Amino acid sequence: MTEAADSPAFATPQGEPSIGDLEAGVQQRRRRRLRRERIGSLAYPIGMMVAVLVVWEAAARLFSIPPYLLPAPSAIVLSMDSNSAVLIKESMGTTFEILLGFAFSVVVGVPLALAIYLWRPFARAVYPLLVSSQAVPKVAVAPLFLVWFGFGLMPKVLIAFLIAFFPVVINTAMGLAALEREKIYLARSMGLGPFATFFKIQLPNAMPSIFAGLKISITFAVVGAVVGEFVGGQGGLGYLLLIANGNMDTALLFAGIVALTVLGVVLFLLIGLVERMVLPPHAVEHASFGSESM
Amino acid sequence: MGAGARKIADNDHAYLRIENLSKVYATRDGEVRALNNISFTQRRGEFISHVGPSGCGKSTLLMIAAGLIPPSSGAVRVGGRTVDRPRTEIGIVFQSPVLLDWRTALGNIMLQAEARKMNRKEAAARARELLAAVGLGGFEERFPHELSGGMRQRVSICRALIHNPDHLLMDEPFGALDALTRDQLVLDLQALVSERRMTVLFITHSIAEAVFLSDRVIVMTPRPGSIDRIIDIKLPRPRTLAMRETPEFAEYSRQILELFLARGVLREHRTGAEKEYDNDRSSGFARLRNTAG
Repeated sequence: MTEAADSPAFATPQGEPSIGDLEAGVQQRRRRRLRRERIGSLAYPIGMMVAVLVVWEAAARLFSIPPYLLPAPSAIVLSMDSNSAVLIKESMGTTFEILLGFAFSVVVGVPLALAIYLWRPFARAVYPLLVSSQAVPKVAVAPLFLVWFGFGLMPKVLIAFLIAFFPVVINTAMGLAALEREKIYLARSMGLGPFATFFKIQLPNAMPSIFAGLKISITFAVVGAVVGEFVGGQGGLGYLLLIANGNMDTALLFAGIVALTVLGVVLFLLIGLVERMVLPPHAVEHASFGSESM
Repeated sequence: MGAGARKIADNDHAYLRIENLSKVYATRDGEVRALNNISFTQRRGEFISHVGPSGCGKSTLLMIAAGLIPPSSGAVRVGGRTVDRPRTEIGIVFQSPVLLDWRTALGNIMLQAEARKMNRKEAAARARELLAAVGLGGFEERFPHELSGGMRQRVSICRALIHNPDHLLMDEPFGALDALTRDQLVLDLQALVSERRMTVLFITHSIAEAVFLSDRVIVMTPRPGSIDRIIDIKLPRPRTLAMRETPEFAEYSRQILELFLARGVLREHRTGAEKEYDNDRSSGFARLRNTAG
């Protein structure tokens, strides 16, 4: 009987808790707090959004705001429902343009960044032009593309590409240049050739930075495609927005905006998903984590 | 094992020969640093340390010895041949671990094996052995960000050893670690190196580390870095932590310290210098120099 009382964990029920109990308690509290934070990071923004929608709906009804000025959320939802076929169809067209523009951005941007990194004279010639070219408002160039390439798919893809390729180039070039000298020394001492060094060390080293560029690029491509459709569209969500605007169908206008937003977010998340599959988990979190000073 | 293959280690022929080596170069902030007319030789199986103040060019010396940086004048010869390109028969360890964060501990070591087209299975088995030897058994699949600074440096040492290099070059490998971790790694390194009778060129600014590990310590002057004195360390091997407290060890430390004091690398503010130089090293020196201001 007395031995049972001597067992360490319960030896002093009224006295000081053992260090093991304290640790367990801290661990438990920490887990609980982490969970609360995780839930909170979702619950707060959703709650905020619901609140805004409720106020919006109430205001629209109470002050009977004319629907061509500001339709109530319920009216927008109704419009989305009744126009769902059109919205989906036009979304497809726009998505196609975005993805093509984005694909071109990658196909052109990455090799361009490579050339900039590898070939000094080329970098010195092209880099300043490239950077200053970003001062040109791409929207202003859109009518020109209309003259050159007509009303088809081409000008939209080109505008999307024009806006979206810049972050790919810059981030890829930066990622490639961010290789510490020690890693190059290490590769040389291993007898690793320039080709193998590039694919085994330099390119993977640049990956987090490249993906950061791709994420910016895809959101830019959405803007580019819509601008293209505004200027010379015969279809797509941008065109739908114009039509809805012309018809004073503001509910449909909002529906189009919602569709575009969802499209942008989904594409962005898709890139994030690919990133997660390609990179080890921590690299995603520390995408902008620099190397130690040398 | 392999007593025949290791016979060369015992002959007196110089393996590495540094001849009248000088190097002048500008650093990024416009400061010119230099190595001035360095000459020394290293036998096979010998452990040589360079100690000296920061900026005396000892790291540069190591990079030149590795064939990674060309000297301004003079030459590096290995086995009679002048080095004019990066040497690949070496293992190299830098002050930072220089691990690839997308590879696991094992994967990082295997990079060396892949680069050298070693048999994958044998190399992996050897990598595991090495990891176990430095106390990292069970950490093979961890990524660098999951390891402590000391563990990362251990992985980088394993990477430098997996191909059984002729020559191990280490550039202040323990400089960024805390005192206890350093002690452990110094012991680990001694075990790994003496077991294989490896030829090691070791850069440090820790007197204790240099004396503990080396057959010879090359004391460098402040910039332009040149060789101040070469001190033979005749302590028996394997060396133990307790040996650091022996009069012999203290005598070697004192010799080096005296050189530093004579060159103005260290300046004392009060007498009773004996108290100031315990084995605790770089951090202590930095503190001393800061107060000297």
